[in-house]
Amino acid sequence: MYGDPTADFESDSKPDGQDAMPHYSREWNFDPYHQAMAFARRRAPDHASADTEWRVWEVFQQAKRGEHHAHVGSIHAPDAEVALVLAKENFARRGACVNLWVTPADAIHATDYEDADVFIHTTDKLYREPAGFQGLRSSRIQGSSRTTEAKGTST
Amino acid sequence: MSSSENSAGGTTTPRLVAEEETSPGQLAAFEERIARGEKIEPGDWMPALYRKQLIRLIQQHANSELMGALPEGQWIPYAPGFRRKMALIAKVQDEVGHAQLLYRAAETLGKPRHEMMTELVNGESKYSNVFNYPCETWADIAMVGWLIDGAAIVNQTIMQTGSYGPYSRALQRITYEEAFHLKQGYDLVVTLHTGTPAQRAMCQEAFSRWWWPLMMFFGPPDRASVHTDILQRWALKPKTNDEQRQIFLRKFVPKIQELGLEIPDEDLRWDEDSGTWHFTQPDWDEFKRVIRGGGPLNAERLALRRLLYEQGSWLRTALEQAEQPRAAA
Repeated sequence: MYGDPTADFESDSKPDGQDAMPHYSREWNFDPYHQAMAFARRRAPDHASADTEWRVWEVFQQAKRGEHHAHVGSIHAPDAEVALVLAKENFARRGACVNLWVTPADAIHATDYEDADVFIHTTDKLYREPAGFQGLRSSRIQGSSRTTEAKGTST
Repeated sequence: MSSSENSAGGTTTPRLVAEEETSPGQLAAFEERIARGEKIEPGDWMPALYRKQLIRLIQQHANSELMGALPEGQWIPYAPGFRRKMALIAKVQDEVGHAQLLYRAAETLGKPRHEMMTELVNGESKYSNVFNYPCETWADIAMVGWLIDGAAIVNQTIMQTGSYGPYSRALQRITYEEAFHLKQGYDLVVTLHTGTPAQRAMCQEAFSRWWWPLMMFFGPPDRASVHTDILQRWALKPKTNDEQRQIFLRKFVPKIQELGLEIPDEDLRWDEDSGTWHFTQPDWDEFKRVIRGGGPLNAERLALRRLLYEQGSWLRTALEQAEQPRAAA
């Protein structure tokens, strides 16, 4: 278990009476961080956790105007306005971003992975693909080349 | 740990797992998916032990990101120059952002965030030992940025290949940002090491102090780690502590030697036969002592984390209540 955070630091750093790691005995009191420590030690015993469990928002980021928004992650927020602020801080710290969407996670409906077989193509669907069509091949032209045929129609 | 975990390395199925199956063959199907390299997603069936171990791993990881922001945040007012200060602020902000991403990933397994925050500030959950050591000089910030983040990248790149989707995706984003941390840390080290004699000495002194905590960073040797078997079987932790330590040494020792920093381990040498670095084991008793709260700064770090959590509560309350008048209007 961890030591009691409220315990005196000097005594806590020497468990079982051992003089452990002596080079850490440096005095720390020169900045607000360390001044806050004294306060923290006094306040800590009364600490009561009072966090809130806000709803989850899914975040979608657009890198460039005109492009798709892409899902980048999720955050907690009490409302959409705060969600947009937190989304910016969490996902748009660097890299391109021109627009963010947030939506309550529970507003998203998804298919079940269990049903992923509905997406499996049971028949040949090559007819839906550009690669499924060959266009004009020499073997399909009888007697004339493409060039002469084109010339013939233009006159 | 539980007996179910100890038996996981053998052929027997851990009891805890079998009990939870809601239909026969669920565990087998789950393990087949992992073997195929598929990611497990939040709604999928998973063994109770998988969920438990995953929460433990992600929560500790999230805690580490949040606690890691403290020693560096403390140096922001003293950064030498505006550019260094901006970079350090950005890095600290990233670390807190990483914590948020990871707590979100842990939440998908059913543990509420406020519960994890409460456990952290009450000292009931763990975080990386390295953050219980002090950053005494500016060179410590250089070492943390280069070597601690460097070690973290080794670890996170491996964890990213693990079997849980939300954790893996969070880590992809995190390792991308860590690359900047590593570069700014290395730039700091190079600047100090090629600077004045006083800067060089400060750099070496900080390096020597961080060497042993770094050697403990990846955790105890494999034979002593109770979690390893099950974590590997379910691709939660794709490489062992020792494997990760070796990857770190292979990557960083040449760079350290290239710089000319003196490694405080006379027995450190490349072993041709085994293709591994031979090194002196760090003081694992110290490791245990620090993890149990007896480290140099455990109490101070946790007290500050708790204070900041308390001090932030007015903002959480304000944000929550801001919506109410509008809703009533």
